[in-house]
Amino acid sequence: MKPFTYHRAANPAEAVRMAAENPGARFIAGGTNLLDLMKVQVETPSHVIDISRLGLDRIEKTGEGGLRIGALVRNSDLAADMRVRRDYAVLSRALVAGASGQLRNKATTAGNLLQRTRCPYFYETSKPCNKRKPGSGCAAIGGISRGLAVLGTSDQCIASHPSDMAVAMRLLDAVVETVRPDGQPRAIPITDLHRLPGQTPHVETALLPGELITAVVLPPPLGGRHIYHKVRDRASYAFALVSLAAVVGPDGQRFAFGGVAPRPWRVEAAEALNGGDAIAESVTLGAKPTDQNAFKLPLMRRMLGAVLAESKAGA
Amino acid sequence: MAGDMIPDDGPREGDGMTRRSVLASGAVTAAALSAPPAIGAGRPAQPSPPAPVGIKIEINGKSHPLSLDPRTTLLDALREHLRLTGTKKGCDHGQCGACTVIVDGRRINSCLTLAVMHDGDRVTTIEGLGTPDDLHPMQKAFVTHDGYQCGYCTPGQICSAVAVLDEIRRGVPSHATADLMDVAFSDAELRERMSGNLCRCAAYPNIIAAIRDVAERGEKA
Repeated sequence: MKPFTYHRAANPAEAVRMAAENPGARFIAGGTNLLDLMKVQVETPSHVIDISRLGLDRIEKTGEGGLRIGALVRNSDLAADMRVRRDYAVLSRALVAGASGQLRNKATTAGNLLQRTRCPYFYETSKPCNKRKPGSGCAAIGGISRGLAVLGTSDQCIASHPSDMAVAMRLLDAVVETVRPDGQPRAIPITDLHRLPGQTPHVETALLPGELITAVVLPPPLGGRHIYHKVRDRASYAFALVSLAAVVGPDGQRFAFGGVAPRPWRVEAAEALNGGDAIAESVTLGAKPTDQNAFKLPLMRRMLGAVLAESKAGA
Repeated sequence: MAGDMIPDDGPREGDGMTRRSVLASGAVTAAALSAPPAIGAGRPAQPSPPAPVGIKIEINGKSHPLSLDPRTTLLDALREHLRLTGTKKGCDHGQCGACTVIVDGRRINSCLTLAVMHDGDRVTTIEGLGTPDDLHPMQKAFVTHDGYQCGYCTPGQICSAVAVLDEIRRGVPSHATADLMDVAFSDAELRERMSGNLCRCAAYPNIIAAIRDVAERGEKA
């Protein structure tokens, strides 16, 4: 790791101020992604601001009957919370499908949303990567791309977002609450949080530099069947090739895919359609797969069929 | 010095060379070759290491004040600064679980956390679970069931296993849990929950048997 100055923030306002005063600073909460990247010098912050003890670790009911999840709630605690298991089961399922027990015990809600792609070329500093080094090129296009995105890509970047939790959050219409560098709060619907690469793959989120996520808010619970399917090369402890979060019930249906795009992939218009094939066709409109990851498209269609069948079968 | 860490296998016949003497002289040569050039030699100055950060951390019941480069992972603090070498560095990237320790009751990968983030925390390492004269039940079970071959992943497996039984007891769900509201012990649960601890010797069946043994004894107790 490159040397850095370590700071400990006592409260969100101080954390944001420290970030504003120290350009090149990064927040560290769980550290399970940041430290991984710092060890290979993909991330080289000159200042690291420890926010792990800001106390943003509660899960509380909101006035609207939803749930406010503190940014620092550990992934394992969020998955285990009884209200989440009972009323937002797709979120529990998505969380426990990810990583390992050790990692889930350390990783935080906000950190999980902000984790960066596992594209092998992003990690390999000797290779061109427009995300890591704007303008240097994309070694994944024409390279090993099996695990990478088929939707939402550009000619600059085909990286996929690795999170399971984010897919469920997108499905549940979560809202991300932050404190901006000027100290003002704001709320970002999760659909607006992650940016598609376009011509600026190095810009991954709508967050301003030094903006701090403080909580993620879920709307009131949806009824219906909550399902999270994850297709991957191993039975456990592997990223998704394709994952699918779904809530299907008498009030309607919704679907969000992981592993296929630079952010969770949900096409609300598709949810008005009937039958897996029609939904799949709508969801995969505009797909630009590579030879190596084109399998993800029929896989998405089959997963939709399986999830719809499961949702209709007995509990 | 390199010589301190390498057991001396005694003088050899003939040339008087030992492993220790060859490695020690090699290290001296390498150090001489890599010595920094004279001032004004044209190489850019290396940044000075960051100011050390003072913390106090409780390891296996004992409080340790440490002054550390903030880049020091908890794993390196344990192994290099406190000489608690039971915890192993397998991958150093949170992928193998050999570095698993228990911090404030939760298992984590000690390679993916900075020691300075754990000021005031309570850490249990394999050394704290048991000793050769007073084995933890999980250690006993690993011996009984032959739950290891080379032993390198074993401390991480044992720390993880102890924490897994606690997680199941506390009702924490996993990917293997059929009904989220009802977490019960099963082999499938064990395999899923232990999936973050890799074993290249493939002692997995015996590791599962060892953990199951402890779980079943626990229920009877």
